Amino acid sequence: MFLDEIERTKDIKMHRQSPIMRWRKYPERYRLEGNRCNLCGRIYFPKKELCECSSREFSAFQLSGKGKILTYTEIKSSPEEFSEMTPYCVGIIELAEGPKITAQIADASVDELNIGDPVEPVFRKFFAVGDSGIIHYGIKFKKIE
Amino acid sequence: MEKVGIIGTGATKFGELWKQSLRDLLAESQLKAIEDAKISERDIDMIFTGNMCSSDFSGQSHLGSMAAEILNVNVPSVRVEAACASGSVALRQGIQAIKAGEADIVLVNGVEKMTDVQTRQATTGLMGAGDEEWEGFNGLTFCGLYAMMARAYMHKYRLTREQLALVSVKNHKHATFNPIAHYHNEITVDQVLNSSIIADPLTLLDCSPITDGGASVILAKENIAKKFESPIWVLGSGQANDTLSLHGRKSLTEIPATTHAAQRALMQAKIGVDKVNVTEVHDCFSIAEVMAIEDLGLIPRGEAGRIMEEGQTYFDGKVPINSCGGLKACGHPIGATGIKQVWEIVKQLRNEAGKRQIGNADIGLTHNVGGTGSTVVVNVFGRDRENKGY
Repeated sequence: MFLDEIERTKDIKMHRQSPIMRWRKYPERYRLEGNRCNLCGRIYFPKKELCECSSREFSAFQLSGKGKILTYTEIKSSPEEFSEMTPYCVGIIELAEGPKITAQIADASVDELNIGDPVEPVFRKFFAVGDSGIIHYGIKFKKIE
Repeated sequence: MEKVGIIGTGATKFGELWKQSLRDLLAESQLKAIEDAKISERDIDMIFTGNMCSSDFSGQSHLGSMAAEILNVNVPSVRVEAACASGSVALRQGIQAIKAGEADIVLVNGVEKMTDVQTRQATTGLMGAGDEEWEGFNGLTFCGLYAMMARAYMHKYRLTREQLALVSVKNHKHATFNPIAHYHNEITVDQVLNSSIIADPLTLLDCSPITDGGASVILAKENIAKKFESPIWVLGSGQANDTLSLHGRKSLTEIPATTHAAQRALMQAKIGVDKVNVTEVHDCFSIAEVMAIEDLGLIPRGEAGRIMEEGQTYFDGKVPINSCGGLKACGHPIGATGIKQVWEIVKQLRNEAGKRQIGNADIGLTHNVGGTGSTVVVNVFGRDRENKGY
């Protein structure tokens, strides 16, 4: 059992097994919290420390998650940790508030997607580090029918 | 400002070199360059080595020390990392060291040993060139990132899948004339289209391979270089950086850092891009060559499909691109690529490129990209010609 576990996780890069590395990004990764410049109003996701207007004053900003697909692909040759869900679609989403983010597009095959399709966020499992290791979760997107 | 010349180059065979280690590759290319320049290792004042993944793939960091140890010297020696642009960024450190007056002769290496790990492990390691937190962790691969650019480009400019395949077909043809190339087989458009999909719409034959290899060049300041037989001059060198992530860019159908780096290099060289006879661009994936030749201004934007169909990018065409076979067919040992591009330009400008020789080449250009366009280096080189003004 223990050896099986090692066999399954040995190809997963060390940092992708780290729970703490993801935990510190939960506000962004779990609920799409970005930030907004207090001076010029620019909205960022992921959060920025320095605004394009040179301001350092930001407030947390909750993104709606509504957006559209700018481009997409279907990954057929994947890293080890994503192997059980391969193939899967990934895209760049332009959020209604402006920021662009990279995310998986769930519940769709590549033939069902088009540039410009509207999408909404869903909370999903990303991958598990073996049977007893951490399970990573986060936001994926789904086409709005 | 001090002018810099190239007085020697060397490269290993590129390929799956089971018998050669990281250190073997570095030793071979260094010694070949020193031999080509006909200098002694004790003439070298500084060493820079471009490499991305030796820590991941060989468990070996600290390549600066390794490079110096191979040559039994104690001069300053540094490893330089800028993903797939590591080689070219290392070259720029060498150029700057000479311009600053810190060194008279500099050895610049690029090396990558990739086949000691499995393909899947290599793919994951290379993802370090992107944004790990927001791209890698979402399951993206590098092929996936370029596939997203390919889809956006094909949508915007109506490039067909068949036209895109012409990049790989042409580069494989060129590689048949290059003895160090990873592949020596020609391929067809049908083979590209029918090879397995890696990240839709890109197939296996759109992708540069996982390759072992090393390349080295020796730089010297002007009054030393001009004593050598056929020095190749660095006329200009530009670097530009952009966001680490692809989603942070203003455009998905071009690489703005290429345009900025090219402007800087050409401005230093005081020439227009139309004066360039021979060009090596970064075709890590087929779509990358399409964007590169447009971003460099070699052809009008959106015209790549037609121009490739007319055969203009072949070594005997109007806009010869990647005469060595490019990353696709010469192979892409990450850190070595930028230096191998210079190696090819030197071959062409010295009229030593054999069957792939491009006419009477005076000016050569290299274009090396790190990540999805996060770091771009463009260099312009020229050979000695009377009354040419350089």
